[in-house]
Amino acid sequence: MRISVQEARDRIPHHDIILETTVRLMVPFIQLYGLYVIVHGHYSPGGGFQGGVILGASVILFALAFGLPASQEYLSEGTNILMANAGALIFTGIAVLCALLGGMFLDYSALVKILPIDPISWRSHGIFLVEVGVGMGVMMIMISIYWDMASAGHLDEGLHMASASQTDKVL
Amino acid sequence: MIWQLDLFLLILVVICAVATITVKDLLSATIIFSAYSFLMCLLWAEMGAVDVAFTEATVGAGVSTIFFIAAIFRTTRRSKD
Repeated sequence: MRISVQEARDRIPHHDIILETTVRLMVPFIQLYGLYVIVHGHYSPGGGFQGGVILGASVILFALAFGLPASQEYLSEGTNILMANAGALIFTGIAVLCALLGGMFLDYSALVKILPIDPISWRSHGIFLVEVGVGMGVMMIMISIYWDMASAGHLDEGLHMASASQTDKVL
Repeated sequence: MIWQLDLFLLILVVICAVATITVKDLLSATIIFSAYSFLMCLLWAEMGAVDVAFTEATVGAGVSTIFFIAAIFRTTRRSKD
């Protein structure tokens, strides 16, 4: 039996128990893996950017299954903007702090003047601090791009509603 | 590096790239492009660039596919040319 694309879209239920249960089980593990990739980034492949994308993808998956308004209850728009800017500020802040303390830009060994531990281990921990900032920024910007693209910039409805309104236009 | 595996993956990459720009259905093009990204990820990992492969898997095959599908929902599905 062949059906048209519009008919197939109309048949998508707005609440699918299999989809919602699967996503509810998967999202915590995806977020745990994203945190692992960020925290373990200077020992293994991965780092702030990849971990941030994985964390962002977990919230995007949530928004795909439960709709955009539900994902905005999970993570409000104000928190999104605040954390995206905080991430960028952590990155540039630490970099400029290194320069102000007498080192080069992003030269973490200059941070010895704040907390006197070995300069070599400061280089390792400095990378970790910067990657936390990168991860926060990338995660929030990925979610923000998805919200804007899925709702055409209105942030009120998700892709379910987009298909419904397109059906109205056709009819 | 195993050159036979490299060659096999590269042939598949080229097939996916050509299919992406020839196919008329935009959703099919997106899914084939996702497969292209995943094959590139395998190729990077096989060549030893694991960090690049990780980025390709998360951004290329994961998030950008969702962005493309979100964009397709706002257009008509088949291209006109």
